[in-house]
Amino acid sequence: MITYAIWFGFAAIGLAQLLTFWRLLIGPGRGDRILALDTLSVSAVALIVLYGIAMESRIYFEAALLIAMLGFVSTVAYSRYILRRDLIE
Amino acid sequence: MSPVAEYLVSAAIIVGGLFILIAAYGLLKLDKPMSRLHAPTKAGTLGVGSILLASMIFFFARGEFSLHELLIMAFLFVTAPVSANFISKVHIHRRRITEDLPPPEPGSVWSTLERPASENAPEPGETDDSEHPGS
Repeated sequence: MITYAIWFGFAAIGLAQLLTFWRLLIGPGRGDRILALDTLSVSAVALIVLYGIAMESRIYFEAALLIAMLGFVSTVAYSRYILRRDLIE
Repeated sequence: MSPVAEYLVSAAIIVGGLFILIAAYGLLKLDKPMSRLHAPTKAGTLGVGSILLASMIFFFARGEFSLHELLIMAFLFVTAPVSANFISKVHIHRRRITEDLPPPEPGSVWSTLERPASENAPEPGETDDSEHPGS
């Protein structure tokens, strides 16, 4: 039973990443593209944690934490570059 | 693994996957930039939180109890409003919003729209910043 739930989770998150990638391609503004990249990193965290459940292993936790932190830092850096044209003033 | 834990893990995974799917659908479906900001920042963190909860219950039922997942959950819950605020400031700065902002104090502009002093001319190719009050 838990196997079917994990397969459903993989399908749902994969479809969600495809939809988000479509918004990244067509997004009319730069803010929409930053938002799509942020959403991609957040759903990648969910995908890695789900893969850790499927493999019954805990070693994927560090990868999920790293992607979460790098996603936040890159979102802030990209937004700040558009706002101020400079990262560290 | 006990059947109760199995049901709980399955339910949490399904709820999390549905939330992430609905967030991506809302990101694609909504029409205004500020509305598009709403969908992934709320439901995305809720979906990830649900899947992390499933992971915690799963490893707790296997007898390896630890609270590692709370670290990711706390980090995502703290940083989601900050990145949403930055992206909405990008929307305001790029003038992608449809309704006008309320007027600021007389003799000043909104600090989001203010440019740094080193930049005195808009760069070529930017057409939507032509009516800029600060430059």
